[in-house]
Amino acid sequence: MNTHVMTATELEENAAGRCFHCDLPLRAASRFDVFVDGAQRAMCCAGCAAVAQTIVAAGLADYYRHRSAPGNRPEDRMPQWMRDLESFDIEAVRERFVQRGEAGTCRAELLLEGVNCPACVWLVEQRLKRLPGVSEVSVNYTAQRVRIAWADAQVRLSSILRTVADVGLRAHPFDAAHRTALRLKDRRRRLFELALAALGMTQVMMYAVPVYLSEAGDIAPEFEKLMRWASLFLTLPVVLVCARTFFSGAWRDLSHWRVGMDVPIALATASAFGASTWATVAGGGEVYFDSLTMFVFLLLGARYIEAESRARAVAAIERLSHPLPATAACVPGYPDSRETRMVASAALVPGDTVLVGSGGAIPADGTILEGAGEVNEALLSGEARAVAKGAGDAVVGGTLNAGSPLYVRIHRVGADTVLAHIARLADRALGEKPRFAQVADRIAGGFSLAVLILAAITALAWLPAGGDGWFSNAIAVLMVTCPCALALATPAALAAATSNLSSIGLLATRSHVMETFARVTDVVFDKTGTLTQSEMRVARIAPLGSLGTDAILSMAAELELGSGHPVARALAAEARDTPGVYAIGAARLTHRAGEGIEGEIDGQRLRIGTRAFVGALVGTPLPARAAPQRSQVLLGRSGEWLARIDLDEALRPDAREALDGLRAAGARIHVLSGDAPAAVYSIARELGISEAASVQSRSTPRFKLEYVESLQRKGYVVAMVGDGINDAPVLAKAALSIAMSGGTDLARANSDMVLLSGRLKALAEGLVVARKTRRVIAQNIAWAIGYNAIAVPMAMMGWISPWAAALGMSASSLIVVGNAARLQRGGIRA
Amino acid sequence: MEALFLLIPLSVAAVLALVVVLWWAVAAGQFDDFEGPVNQVLMDDDTPQPPQQSPQCTKDV
Repeated sequence: MNTHVMTATELEENAAGRCFHCDLPLRAASRFDVFVDGAQRAMCCAGCAAVAQTIVAAGLADYYRHRSAPGNRPEDRMPQWMRDLESFDIEAVRERFVQRGEAGTCRAELLLEGVNCPACVWLVEQRLKRLPGVSEVSVNYTAQRVRIAWADAQVRLSSILRTVADVGLRAHPFDAAHRTALRLKDRRRRLFELALAALGMTQVMMYAVPVYLSEAGDIAPEFEKLMRWASLFLTLPVVLVCARTFFSGAWRDLSHWRVGMDVPIALATASAFGASTWATVAGGGEVYFDSLTMFVFLLLGARYIEAESRARAVAAIERLSHPLPATAACVPGYPDSRETRMVASAALVPGDTVLVGSGGAIPADGTILEGAGEVNEALLSGEARAVAKGAGDAVVGGTLNAGSPLYVRIHRVGADTVLAHIARLADRALGEKPRFAQVADRIAGGFSLAVLILAAITALAWLPAGGDGWFSNAIAVLMVTCPCALALATPAALAAATSNLSSIGLLATRSHVMETFARVTDVVFDKTGTLTQSEMRVARIAPLGSLGTDAILSMAAELELGSGHPVARALAAEARDTPGVYAIGAARLTHRAGEGIEGEIDGQRLRIGTRAFVGALVGTPLPARAAPQRSQVLLGRSGEWLARIDLDEALRPDAREALDGLRAAGARIHVLSGDAPAAVYSIARELGISEAASVQSRSTPRFKLEYVESLQRKGYVVAMVGDGINDAPVLAKAALSIAMSGGTDLARANSDMVLLSGRLKALAEGLVVARKTRRVIAQNIAWAIGYNAIAVPMAMMGWISPWAAALGMSASSLIVVGNAARLQRGGIRA
Repeated sequence: MEALFLLIPLSVAAVLALVVVLWWAVAAGQFDDFEGPVNQVLMDDDTPQPPQQSPQCTKDV
């Protein structure tokens, strides 16, 4: 940076005290100087200084000599994005994306543009951390986002953004539409560069082949010269346009005193092009145009695949933070008036009633008051099929109403919604850097430096041999080494696998998940709410009096109508599924919490609930054959016991399949439950668990904890699957905790993973994905070590020509990146 | 053989023409969506559409 404090003589030149760039008066408080046209020139602001620097750096300093008038206003000369930086200090602009914390700290999420490699990310992190006032920086390579916290009193947001700009990247406030546009732009650029390199490569090859195939002297020198010139002409755009990304990457690294992955690539490209051009112009010597274009094309190909798989991973994760609709149709007068009024979704408060039209997104979490239809919850479960919902059912904000219009009462808004929790959990995982990636990053840095040293040694060692050998061998060393398995393929593999998991409804909330999941040997299930649904089901209706089961069910369901209790839901579901059960009106319903419900049907008083509650109305003792058991409710009227209704928990429909899948993957299954042995063993039998020791009934939370600890003492890696709330301590103990979540309790679930879909089968699929990810990363690293260990010494010995080196290196990066891309959704069948 | 003096520059010019076409195609968004158009061909638009739009079409990035 060529800003410095002005000396006295230089100040005299600026006697007018005006900005050299825009001619506005200088302020003493802020002064920026740039070296333009042989002298230090004072500038009024950082914006002008940056523009002047850009102009000079671009070799356009003549502008200052030839301009007829100073810049009218400094903003006009600023590139658009730099003007934007200034505007970020304006409160109204900041409001949209800066969150204020306690004690003057601010937080914001920024989107980075121009990230090519993990090294850039590292660089941004380091630079930002050094800024005074910045307390927290976390950069996510996959999503190309940086989360930052700073003290507003000490540092301005615009200077943070400018620091990022200094590194050669651009930061924008995170905003989905902007980001889609950026991604499209980036993708088009990559595609064009790739295709341009392909065209250049094929055509240069056409000119090179005759020379390779002919004997020396077969081709007349003038034709060879012509073909060399044609090759030079076609290589020029490849080097200038396509290889630009390597040059800028290398420059970024070098200007911050680091050696990154792009440095050897840029050096090889530049020196091969320089030497070939010299040979073409001066005549004689070797040309490497064919090797060079091939090298660039194949490298770009590998990077294109990597960028695509990263984009897909981000899309899958972003699907979870699907934006809520901006407006909602509020029904203030419900139920008396159906008049709707459009309000901003953000302005909704709990208790509001909204009308969600067919095809519309539900604006916040709530309960359906009226209407029945289907809701597409793909957002949570990855399941494209819509779920039937009726009055009384809970709906999650952001899901789509695929059926008829619904009236929904809002319960939770803003940061309390399920969607907001999911987004926070996913962000937490993205914000942490997995250990796999950390190690890979460190090795890749040292690796590039080693390559440069080896290339220098090769050149020096071959110098005494004379001829062109020293040059082509050193180029071959630079070209042949391939750090891609570390620097590109490991993050790509992790990103692809994470997106794969989230697409089957398994949300990772911690970065170590992939690593730990792959090592899991034992899966411990909590029975209730995990293997079984949290919903009850009606197991048996035992008539005790004069009425038949259908009539009993109608009455019971009617009495319980409108109650949110699990028993009520079970009865309602049973009544819906039983033919011949019809709706009868119940009146004067009174709820007694923990006891039951009293109501009138056809003029007679009925009670449903506990033995004591119903017994008080009946007045006679309960018949002996109706001996009380666990989950049961009784129905009675004055003078007559009508029925006993037994309830039990329904096994999840895919539980057996899921456990079979886990067993097939070699995991041991354990079931812990607080229930009585009979119930637990019957479920274990249904699930095909034969080992008695793996099924524990009547377990207290303390016992569950000890059980998991004893497994871990044996060296097993335990994954605990629970409902996330009652088993919190056991979940915390296990190496990997997986919470089943019906969505609503997500906030309290503090686990490593959340099973959003409620599909247990996703666990088996996830285990396969995680193991495959670990295998792919190990394969890639093994390949990289093996390949480099063989190729580098061969290149140093002079056994590999530059074209073979280019082919070898590029093929190697394609192999590792392609291997990582296999982890994407659809690439794995569990 | 002298024809090569014409043909080789011509081949270079042809490549440059291709580059221009390619640049236009990329900038015009011809390659932005590989999946949508494939399905569009198969979509049957003979049947009368219901008046309202389908819920939401998220484009793959």
